[in-house]
Amino acid sequence: MDIAQLHYMANQIARNLAANGDESAIAATAQHITDFWEPRMKAGLFASDRAALDPIARAAVERLAPSLPPDQGRQC
Amino acid sequence: MGYERQPDFGTPEVSSATTVTLAIDGREVSVPLGTTVMRAAALSGGSIPKLCASDNLAQFGSCRLCLVEVDGMRGTPASCTTPVAEGMVVHTQTPRLQKLRKGVMELYISDHPLDCLTCSANNDCELQDQAAAVGLRDVRYGYSGESHLGLAADTSNPYFDFDPSKCIACSRCVRACDEVQGTFALTMDGRGFASQISAGQAGDDFMASDCVSCGACVQACPTATLQEKAVKEIGRPERSVITTCAYCGVGCTFRAEMRGEQVVRMVPWKDGKANHGHSCVKGRFAWGYANHQDRIRSPMIRETIDQPWREVSWDVALTFTADRLTAIKTQYGARALGGITSSRCTNEETFLVQKLVRAGFGSNNVDTCARVCHSPTGYGLKTTFGTSAGTQDFDSVDHSDVILVIGANPTDAHPVFASRMKRRLRADAKNGGAKLIVIDPRRIDLVLSPHVEAAYHLPLQPGTNVAVLTAMAHVIVTEGLTDEAFIRDRCDWDEYQDWARFVSDDRHSPEILEAVTRVSASDLRGAARLFATGGNGAIYYGLGVTEHSQGSSTVMAIANLAMATGNVGRPGVGVNPLRGQNNVQGACDMGSFPHELSGYRHISDDSARALFEADWQVALDPEPGLRIPNMLDAALDGSFRALYVQGEDILQSDPNTHHVAAGLKAMECVIVHDLFLNETADYAHVFLPGSTFLEKTGTFTNAERRIQMVRKVMEPANGPDGGGMEDWQVTQALANAMGLDWNYANSGEIMDEIARLTPSFAGVSHARLDQAGSLQWPVDAAHPDGSPIMHVDGFVRGPNDKRGGKFVVTDYVPTDEKTGPRYPLLLTTGRILSQYNVGAQTRRTQNTVWHGEDLLEMHPTDAENRGLGDGDWVRLASRTGETTLRLAVTDRVAAGVVYTTFHHPATQANVVTTEFSDWATNCPEYKVTAVQITASNGPTQWQESYASWSAKSRRTAVPADPAE
Repeated sequence: MDIAQLHYMANQIARNLAANGDESAIAATAQHITDFWEPRMKAGLFASDRAALDPIARAAVERLAPSLPPDQGRQC
Repeated sequence: MGYERQPDFGTPEVSSATTVTLAIDGREVSVPLGTTVMRAAALSGGSIPKLCASDNLAQFGSCRLCLVEVDGMRGTPASCTTPVAEGMVVHTQTPRLQKLRKGVMELYISDHPLDCLTCSANNDCELQDQAAAVGLRDVRYGYSGESHLGLAADTSNPYFDFDPSKCIACSRCVRACDEVQGTFALTMDGRGFASQISAGQAGDDFMASDCVSCGACVQACPTATLQEKAVKEIGRPERSVITTCAYCGVGCTFRAEMRGEQVVRMVPWKDGKANHGHSCVKGRFAWGYANHQDRIRSPMIRETIDQPWREVSWDVALTFTADRLTAIKTQYGARALGGITSSRCTNEETFLVQKLVRAGFGSNNVDTCARVCHSPTGYGLKTTFGTSAGTQDFDSVDHSDVILVIGANPTDAHPVFASRMKRRLRADAKNGGAKLIVIDPRRIDLVLSPHVEAAYHLPLQPGTNVAVLTAMAHVIVTEGLTDEAFIRDRCDWDEYQDWARFVSDDRHSPEILEAVTRVSASDLRGAARLFATGGNGAIYYGLGVTEHSQGSSTVMAIANLAMATGNVGRPGVGVNPLRGQNNVQGACDMGSFPHELSGYRHISDDSARALFEADWQVALDPEPGLRIPNMLDAALDGSFRALYVQGEDILQSDPNTHHVAAGLKAMECVIVHDLFLNETADYAHVFLPGSTFLEKTGTFTNAERRIQMVRKVMEPANGPDGGGMEDWQVTQALANAMGLDWNYANSGEIMDEIARLTPSFAGVSHARLDQAGSLQWPVDAAHPDGSPIMHVDGFVRGPNDKRGGKFVVTDYVPTDEKTGPRYPLLLTTGRILSQYNVGAQTRRTQNTVWHGEDLLEMHPTDAENRGLGDGDWVRLASRTGETTLRLAVTDRVAAGVVYTTFHHPATQANVVTTEFSDWATNCPEYKVTAVQITASNGPTQWQESYASWSAKSRRTAVPADPAE
């Protein structure tokens, strides 16, 4: 999957939830990705360079995947 | 039973708590107070002769045929204008009346051609019936005097003719146009003997007038004056079947009037609860595509998309397809396969496609065209109210006092409901019409049309919906106009307070946001005050709300506004998404989204999944699948390889055509299941011919959650030698070719499975629908007869806590699609009345006379700055792509905004739309694209190369000569 596109999507979710305050926005962003993203999208996001993400999106990813998983989700 | 018209009770039904009993010709009858003698007589089984009365029109009292005698009353009153009274004794058939009626009929017939035997209305003509009823045998006046018999017919409309020589000047057509349709295109010109029906002004014919060809006048005409051309060509129908229209989300029910397997005409069904006997030009007349020469009737396959198509048998096609799918699954895994369900197909067909993907392909990569229209409605209303559904039925609009229309153009996209809305908006001395607020960048027809004028039109800058709605909320909260009792009773108070604090911030005031929204602050304040204080407030919205990068936020902002003003849970109020296609609601209900099973249960919900796993005897993937745009992205990196598309044309309807084409091209197996070789089929390996709504049985669910039967009136034309299949049968055959062993004998058995697995459909079955006519979901133990209005006793969300309504803070986040020096204008897109969606159906009917091409609307100032004039060819370019089309200069759009429709593939409006999408659902941002317009002298290179590629990819191989 196109990493730039995944980053854009994650940042966009975070931006739209930001008004709720950081803690709530991080939790909601993480929940949104869990609920609506397909495994290879999640895997691509988690394995990508997190520095490129906005702070809220980055914190949400940290929460979902604290360390880089060796196996990126189930194989197709 | 043979053919007969629906009964006509002469005058409209009235409701009253008081019942009146009277005697008519010795029969005792009890009717509600206010009923007319004519209607009471019809209800008691009698029939008073009439010509100018019809039960969908207000009584008029002009034909003088319905006279009756009433004991104790002088003279012979007209029964259509005489209300019943307790103890009244009425005589409808007496020698005196007979003589009077015969005299009236004699005058009518003295100026009417006597060509009954060869007249197209023969045996289906009220004038003929009444002549028979009164026993007219002779016309004493002769036929040599001055008459209207030589008048020329107006045949300008493609679907019906107007023959004034047969007109009896009853005004039913004029009144139908005014009262039922609300267009006011017809008038009675002249007086006395010179009286004549006129469309538009002197010199206009029907086509040149404001007529929208809804057919209400044709239906109202008691003679052959206004009649369908098809009846003239084919003859009188011999039977009729009640079915549901396959166009927009209004879901009109029709009588398909048939001669054998040939449709003679579609007549709106008066007992239909969505349309109450009204129709629009699409459902009424534009069904000819079913027999269009472009219709593909045989399955076709090809190894690669550069080859010509080969026509093959169903067996060969299905085996070829199943082999390919199985090979891809074996090599790349289940998640490399997916499908798209169609909002144009039935609930049963949609359910089966998602079942094939989840249970057969083994992935959750199933999505539906609602992704590109109402997915934000699903997300937004589920978050705030607890379920993805409009809250009202259509009848609710009769009780509204303030109607807020945002991002919707009902007169074009939902015309039959728009007529209902307009009827409520027209000032009425007795009832007081509703007030209207329109929030739309474009001056849609509702803003100002005959007898309808919006109290406020807020022409906002495209992309600023959230800012406008937040500013309205700011006014309502800071001026103390909220309904606190409602909020305390039904919503989470803490969440409300967070939201109220947020919207009250000065930065959300209309004055500060004016710079962003370009909406006058005083107008916005006025509109907000009107909505909050004007009585029952109802919000109707469409794709102008959802198709934005903040589509879901806007839906939630609308829900916030409704909750804050206490406008949920009773007739006349509510949040009403106007669904685009006929079965958008149904497709969503059926589990077409990749993250949820039917009835909106998340795929990660173990108990919901277990229910399906036990029933289907298969393990389901607990992770959400890919959405349409994600499928295309995944195709480009090689991890997604096969797609089954039923009844959808994603190449034309989805944004950034180049990207869609590249994604499709990268796949190894694209299966298109459709009526026509659509644009997507250019990239397909398998074409499975589909069946039309006339050729199948099943159900559609309209925008008011009303589930209605679609009934087969002819055999499917999609198979050689009578081997035609309904679409659900094709999906079942494909499943079985993959070894799934499905055995549904009819679509009713699929509905039984849906009911078994989906609590909100628990009470639905075809037998129940046949009996009830229609049901509005949820139909469950708590609502055994369905739910016309939702959230009546509290929000569905959090059933154990009455305070389930959730206020959500919706921050305005501007779209990343920005205007700049190179692309200074904003393009927004929409629909037009005569065409439907990508036009696959309507372009193959005579509806093209109204809209033969997509035009670009531009404000006169912008046109002048560029030296462009009306009708000029222009180049429309965005950062994504460019196309050319012709210009229409109009002040309907504000300066800085341009507008076009997307009905024609030659224009390919989606070549220019971007891939920006809703943050929550990826619904594309069709409504905002930064563009530049320049003069042009013809089609772009893309249009030319696309046309040649398209022609090439649609070749069918010439079959080899037989050996012998």
